[in-house]
Amino acid sequence: MNDEGKIAMSEKASVKELSPIDVYMLLPKTNCKKCGLENCMAYATKLVNREIALELCTPLLEKQFEKAYHELWEMLKPPVKEVTIGAGDKAVKIGGKLVMYRHELAYFNPTAFAIDVTDEMPEEELVLRVKGTEGYSYTYIGKELKLNMVAVRSTSNDPEKFKTAVKKTVENTKLPLILCSFKPEVVEAGLMAAPKARPLIYAANKDNWKDMAELALMYNCPLAVFAPNDLKLLKSLAKTLRDYGVEDLVLDPGTFPNDGLADTVSNFTMIRRAACKRGDELLGFPLIGTPITAWLEKADVPEFNMWNEAYLASVLIDRYADVLIVHSTDGWVLLPTTILRQNIYTDPRKPVAVEAGLKAFGQPNENSPVMMTTNFALTYYTVASDIESSGVNCYLMVVDTEGLAVDSSVAGRKLTAEKIAETLKQFKVEEKVKHKKLIIPGKAARLSGETQELSGWEVLVGPRDSSEIPKFLQEKWQ
Amino acid sequence: MKDLGEREEEERKKALLKFSPELFEILSKLQEVELEDVDLDVGDLEIWLQPSAVSARPRVAAPSAVPKKAKPSTIIEVDFVPPVETYSGKIVEVQLGATKSEGGTRGKSVIVGGERSPAYYLFENQTPHPPVITLDVFDMKVPLAKAVKMHVEEVVGDPVAWAKLAVDKFGAQMITLHLVSIDPLLNDTPPKEAALTVEKVLQAVDVPIVVGGCGDPVKDLAVFEKVAAVAESERVLLSSITLDMDIEKSAMLAKKHGHVALAFTSMDLNHARELNRKLYEFLPREQIIMDTTTAALGYGLDYAFTVMERARLAGLMGDPELQHPLSSGTTNAWAAREAWMKMAPEWGPRELRGPIWETVTALTLMLAGVDVFMMMHPAAVKTVKDVSKKLTTGVTKGRSEQLSDWVTLKI
Repeated sequence: MNDEGKIAMSEKASVKELSPIDVYMLLPKTNCKKCGLENCMAYATKLVNREIALELCTPLLEKQFEKAYHELWEMLKPPVKEVTIGAGDKAVKIGGKLVMYRHELAYFNPTAFAIDVTDEMPEEELVLRVKGTEGYSYTYIGKELKLNMVAVRSTSNDPEKFKTAVKKTVENTKLPLILCSFKPEVVEAGLMAAPKARPLIYAANKDNWKDMAELALMYNCPLAVFAPNDLKLLKSLAKTLRDYGVEDLVLDPGTFPNDGLADTVSNFTMIRRAACKRGDELLGFPLIGTPITAWLEKADVPEFNMWNEAYLASVLIDRYADVLIVHSTDGWVLLPTTILRQNIYTDPRKPVAVEAGLKAFGQPNENSPVMMTTNFALTYYTVASDIESSGVNCYLMVVDTEGLAVDSSVAGRKLTAEKIAETLKQFKVEEKVKHKKLIIPGKAARLSGETQELSGWEVLVGPRDSSEIPKFLQEKWQ
Repeated sequence: MKDLGEREEEERKKALLKFSPELFEILSKLQEVELEDVDLDVGDLEIWLQPSAVSARPRVAAPSAVPKKAKPSTIIEVDFVPPVETYSGKIVEVQLGATKSEGGTRGKSVIVGGERSPAYYLFENQTPHPPVITLDVFDMKVPLAKAVKMHVEEVVGDPVAWAKLAVDKFGAQMITLHLVSIDPLLNDTPPKEAALTVEKVLQAVDVPIVVGGCGDPVKDLAVFEKVAAVAESERVLLSSITLDMDIEKSAMLAKKHGHVALAFTSMDLNHARELNRKLYEFLPREQIIMDTTTAALGYGLDYAFTVMERARLAGLMGDPELQHPLSSGTTNAWAAREAWMKMAPEWGPRELRGPIWETVTALTLMLAGVDVFMMMHPAAVKTVKDVSKKLTTGVTKGRSEQLSDWVTLKI
């Protein structure tokens, strides 16, 4: 059932509706296998699914196919332009979105997080924040969550001070920069301190756009365009700047922290829809959100601003922001927001279940513990990473619960005593160990009695959260 | 960011003591947060995704540069037309609770649904009704996050007092009475006794209520039979009706006694359609709210978000089987270990991490289209209420001068 197809039909065909046949017709159709696939049709299908690069078809790069190549490039180009900020291996790509809704395909280029520093900050604080930004890391189901950029703000409006601050920043990090000031002479001073760094210039507005455009051209930098709550102006500026020769733009319709939140949500949504569904090229640029504006509000305690910044960032991640400028460096603000980013940018085509079976961790022997979990991918990877980081040697039996977590599979009767007994047999667990003791998750505690009866194994009820496995084993295993 | 974290930890501790009464008063009282877990229906998390597919980014190089035009000297004005779409479908309006004049005894009733556009597409249509938040109340002692337990300690085990506290102290618009004790594997409370609890709660508070079962399809139905009768015409939300229940009996209960069915399924739109279709045989559409399962931030929220967003879009596009208000068991956010676990100091106090976790989970789903939030932490509830108010009251409040010089903001 494809309900969403109806939206697409009434609007300009978006990338998703591209058919492999359309693409195939433009390929050389020689089935030469140079791309690594069996034939041109298979390659066309992968192209449409965004699973392979156009350049892998090397014959297409030859002179005779030049026209076809360009047509294909146009056909496959994302409605939201991909813009690179920074240089070198820490450069960050933003935008490049192919669809408005993640279920239409997947979102690429996760929202980049930039932490701010200012040109009036004491040097040690600046360095601390820059190092902290670079050092931020959280391992979430086997993936490292990171921050991506540093935004240097000129609060002084003094070119010399800004230059010094930018210099200090680039001395301390290779992360890409955003240079923030509405004064061209200030931005210019900053660019002189980082001439080859390709920072994002923030921002051109209705007054300074020409000077900012010159700077962007001179230093080959992407340029942000700022027109708070005025999409006509924003679009006009985009048109003007593009005609001026600046090709890499980033749009800022304004992040209003309080009463204007509805405008922010509405503006971000309109821009993305115009780009993805209406093919509006002037709005087909990445979006920048500034949750840092939560600090514009007066509050008795900073936690109030942090709290607001955290939810503002979340709303912007959900609603199409490609890069964010954030002030709070507190873990309780950055953790939920970077995890949300990870969630929203997970490929929805990825399966939610892992294979059932008996997995060995470390070097288990016949006396090693046998634990059990379900085959919901998130559950499995969480348990697996807890076991791995504890360094315990053990077996983990993964029961096929049709991709359900422990609590829901117990409630939904996909994880039952019968199922556990059956799985123990299926994977011949009794041949691996001498004991007949099975540790089940705390959340499946209610199955313990029945499992014991049906399987003949002694059942130990483990912790409710796998982070406590090491402690549990220490206390309860022999 | 360890160094920063440590340095600020001290200050934060001090700050926690003087939180403004607004949002953080509640938080400042919290010392210990520990969640052993919350036994709510997390429900089925079925595989609904297409298998396979490695996602490699296409690396496409730009074709040769476009010929340059003369540089403009003034702003070239172009028009912006809001990309407004029309939809053939509309989400049905569902009333929860009934006042005296409506045949019940509630002080107020609440209407949810009625959307004609995706969530908060305010350039198309205003949001007809703000989402409603219903606070959890349990009929027996259950493992609770200590962050929550702090506020309800004196009333745990006494659902009547708990319901009153939720309404009087936390300003709950609705409450959800979870009849956990009816579970045959727990207290196996008989239906009559459970119905008596519902009756008492209805007498104690005058907000609309949700009655939650234990997830056992047979026992829940037996209990709902009694509950529906004692709560005659109160438009109670029966949470929930599932595919493995006797649909005819469940639906007829709601119809006969004037209640609303919460059609609860796994994260699978085909299941949601199937259940609704079965309910339509007996129950008017205006008596059905749907719940396609909520997973926590970090633990499947992406699936929950996308399924709800798809359900809403499909309903608006004209799919008659998905045109119902959406409900979310947002309390499930607390299942995420990052919400309750003590972590290294750089990750901040869990007194803040927990409620922000619930808040982010809720707001994400609000943007997917959720109309009814079943929630737990007072601070999260307050924020979600505030944000929904801002989003519902509409656009044109963002003044450009408010932001025109944010770059020089001194923090």
